[in-house]
Amino acid sequence: MSAGSVPSGYEVNDPGYPTPQENYLTNSKGILSWAFTLDHKRIGMMYLIGVTSAFLLGGLLALGIRLHLFAPDGILFNNALFQWLAPDKAPNDIYNQVFTLHGAIMVFLFIIPSVPAALGNFLVPVMLGAKDVAFPRLNLSSFYLWVGGALFFVMALLASGLDTGWTFYTPYSTTTDSSVILATTGAFVLGFSSIFTGLNFIVTINTMRPPGMTWFRMPLFLWATYSTSIIQVLATPVLGITLLLLIAERTLHIGIFDPEYNGDPVTFQHFFWFYSHPAVYIMILPAFGIISELISVHSHKRIFGYRFIAYSSIAIALLSFIVWGHHMFTSGMSPITTIIFSALTFTVSVPSAIKVFNWVATMFKGSISLTTPMVYAIAFIFLFTIGGLTGLHLGTLATDMHLHDTYFVVAHFHYVMVGGTVVAFLGGVFHWWPKMVGKMYSEAGGLLSAALVFIGFNLTFLPQFILGSRGMPRRYATYDPEFAPLHQMSTYGALILGVGLFVALFVLLMSLYNGKKAPANPWGGATLEWNCTSPPPFYNFERPPVVGDPYEFGDIRWDTELDRYVKVEPQRERVPLETPAETPAHASE
Amino acid sequence: MATTDAGLASDAHEQPGHGHSDHGHGDHDHPSYLAHHFDTPEQQFDSGKLGMWLFLVTEVLFFSGMFCAYAIFRAWRPEVFEGCSQFLNTKLGAINTGVLLFSSFTMAWGVRCAQKEQHKLLTVMLATTLSCATVFLGVKAIEYSHKWHLGLLPAGLFSYDPSNPHPVGGPNYLAYICAPFVAITIGVAIWLVVSFLRGAKFQLECAKPLLVVCLCFFVGVGLGTILESGGEEGHHEDDHAVVASTDGAAPEHGEAHSHADGDEHAEHEEPAAEAVASLPAAGAMSNDSADLAVLERLATDATNTGLQDELAARKAQSERSSGGILYDVSDDASATVASAPENVLRPSRAGVFFSIYYCMTGIHAIHILAGIGVLVWLLVRSIRMDFNRNYFGPVDYVGLYWHIVDMIWIYLFPLMYLIR
Repeated sequence: MSAGSVPSGYEVNDPGYPTPQENYLTNSKGILSWAFTLDHKRIGMMYLIGVTSAFLLGGLLALGIRLHLFAPDGILFNNALFQWLAPDKAPNDIYNQVFTLHGAIMVFLFIIPSVPAALGNFLVPVMLGAKDVAFPRLNLSSFYLWVGGALFFVMALLASGLDTGWTFYTPYSTTTDSSVILATTGAFVLGFSSIFTGLNFIVTINTMRPPGMTWFRMPLFLWATYSTSIIQVLATPVLGITLLLLIAERTLHIGIFDPEYNGDPVTFQHFFWFYSHPAVYIMILPAFGIISELISVHSHKRIFGYRFIAYSSIAIALLSFIVWGHHMFTSGMSPITTIIFSALTFTVSVPSAIKVFNWVATMFKGSISLTTPMVYAIAFIFLFTIGGLTGLHLGTLATDMHLHDTYFVVAHFHYVMVGGTVVAFLGGVFHWWPKMVGKMYSEAGGLLSAALVFIGFNLTFLPQFILGSRGMPRRYATYDPEFAPLHQMSTYGALILGVGLFVALFVLLMSLYNGKKAPANPWGGATLEWNCTSPPPFYNFERPPVVGDPYEFGDIRWDTELDRYVKVEPQRERVPLETPAETPAHASE
Repeated sequence: MATTDAGLASDAHEQPGHGHSDHGHGDHDHPSYLAHHFDTPEQQFDSGKLGMWLFLVTEVLFFSGMFCAYAIFRAWRPEVFEGCSQFLNTKLGAINTGVLLFSSFTMAWGVRCAQKEQHKLLTVMLATTLSCATVFLGVKAIEYSHKWHLGLLPAGLFSYDPSNPHPVGGPNYLAYICAPFVAITIGVAIWLVVSFLRGAKFQLECAKPLLVVCLCFFVGVGLGTILESGGEEGHHEDDHAVVASTDGAAPEHGEAHSHADGDEHAEHEEPAAEAVASLPAAGAMSNDSADLAVLERLATDATNTGLQDELAARKAQSERSSGGILYDVSDDASATVASAPENVLRPSRAGVFFSIYYCMTGIHAIHILAGIGVLVWLLVRSIRMDFNRNYFGPVDYVGLYWHIVDMIWIYLFPLMYLIR
């Protein structure tokens, strides 16, 4: 199909390529133009670099854990090198600190800000058709709060480590000598970063929608971001006060959490999980949003059950606030409480399943292109389904008694957090990478990374389900020799997963040097971000975008002359703006 | 849509990256107060207002954690809360409540002034609100320093000694609290003089109300001092609050005690109830033979720290091999309730009330300080006449914030001071 078949009264809208003056990456130069930028796209890119660094650090710690567990008595932290590096620390202490920092860095520094802050910052205003988020300065300050929180974690790492587990459970966290105060201060600061991002997105989506962008014309990624933001705003303050009280407990001995002073440690667990369970949905909900976009665009088919997916995001956000008790079935809650929390936990599976069914139904009879993002999205559906269904084992009281604090739990939440969020994040980065940097990556390399990640991930964590159900407790530095084969399998898997992630990073970075110039709409998407050039101009849109159906692919055509997708729109009057340098000749037709 | 286009066109001149913070200056379609990424002042105002409301939601949830802790611990140890509440001076709390309510009123009036472009009156209203805030802090300084002096501290540091409720000497906490305020006041005064001498009119206009605001802190301190010592003579319920003088000395407690003693006995007929109710009247308790042994045990060492006290209490508990969570069951059958005061005054138990008290009022005071910060910013902008009928958002948002700070205190006051 070429541009020639455009019906009368319609025109082809193809923004072409941006000039360096328009391109948000190059329109101002120097390190200060980035450090003090208020442009949501640049802030999103800075977040992307930040969370990727955190992911690398957390990932290296994870590899350390897996390597240590290769042998029943451990092989890494008790070898000569570590003994020389930290002579006053027992190998098991090092192991405790490594898994704690792995968890804390991955949760607070990587997963929570990964999709909302990095991709969300870049995409929310563009998808919405707005020029920026509602509060650009708040946006920048929330990035610097993230940096500050990260510095606190690095300080904790360098000072005396952290060995409480990422959950900071009392009474251990009030008695250990490790740098609990530094780490909790870091988490407190990161909490405010997260609150400000969420607040910004809620206001942006409420008040910055251009004419025509009704709630039900919003792309599902925005619905997911909106639900996430609700959780960020409502749950994070409770974590903030909990960590503040924990700091006060350590310094002033206020006797609220510390049994030494007649405090109650279970109160800490309630406070902590009141945030941290919703936080699990801060991690996964934006991933749902990404998958909704990816599946629809790469199947070239309208998303199935738009309203169900939208409402299920909100339902998950609200339900997430009333299920926190399922983390504490063995902590000594009353039987009736545990039954109520168990029942409520099952209700969360309903909106989650609605989403999975809708994604599969969208693919049904679609014209699926197996691009890198789509392969990641399909991997997500597979892995998230396993992760979600094993969650039911843990929500059931009887089985949870057996499985609590075993590798089954570890495998379950890694299937959701890594198999779900990280895979969706990678898929999203591959999907929007051409938009973000204006370069196409090597498709073969992308597919290779997806295959390696999928194989490596399953090899790492499927054995852990078996380990856990056979009674291998989590957080142990050593184990019985009978568990050795499964642990070794898991370690091999972790190495493959690591290679896969490095391949992904390599492919993306190589595209900056030798990638093909990306067209405005490389995948044939119908949401607004594909209407502006790749990379977008500083103000996102040359002229106010025409808001249409985000999943109507009928007017997206493959133009054989231009060798790219173009959009066929009703003709409208041109607004006299500076004409882009590379306006295609046929655009005035 | 037309405004969008105009906005796009005008903003295209700006140097992105840098020019953002100084949005769209001098553009007739885009007034100086309208940020570049908004189409209309209404959109900007609505965004700001929604953002502020959301921020207030996070504030409420932030405090909700502490309200939960309060509810949990009060449900477990009601006698501790009711007993310890009497260490708080209701009059000072009431004064502070009134001051904050009045400041909310002047704040709301200020918003109205901004909308009606009454610049002078707006400045007066903001300065009044600020003055109320500093009066509040001054009174709070008296309350805190007095309690620290008595050793009414969080659980781990709790060192209140019922047999010696008015320790002589010790650090002058009030001076420590006042020091930064004195420094700031001197700084503002110097600024005032310098700007007067240099003839800097705008700076002079700013420094004048700010000096008044600073001085109001000392008004609060004075007010607190008078009421704290007034309680000593007039009302025996506050007789524990004898030490009010700023130098930390304790004038004539003995007299006050014996007086209080008789008074409390006359008021209460049922012994158990009396024991609970009169417990902060430490003088009364120390004369009560039923509790004497217990108190002696607690008070053998006047310098005991909270931890030592706690260990001693635990030792005593294990000696009696009692199992109660709330009450120690002593040999005397009737002593379950009567020994409650002892439990109340055991550091870990009384301490938790003060832990929650300091956490809640302390974080509230931090919010007052933050409010003072933004109000000063508003005051300067109001003197600069930044606000008009189309642009009064910042005054409105700060007003909302100030009301929530006031609201939280309105909950704290009865929950802390009025539960006896």
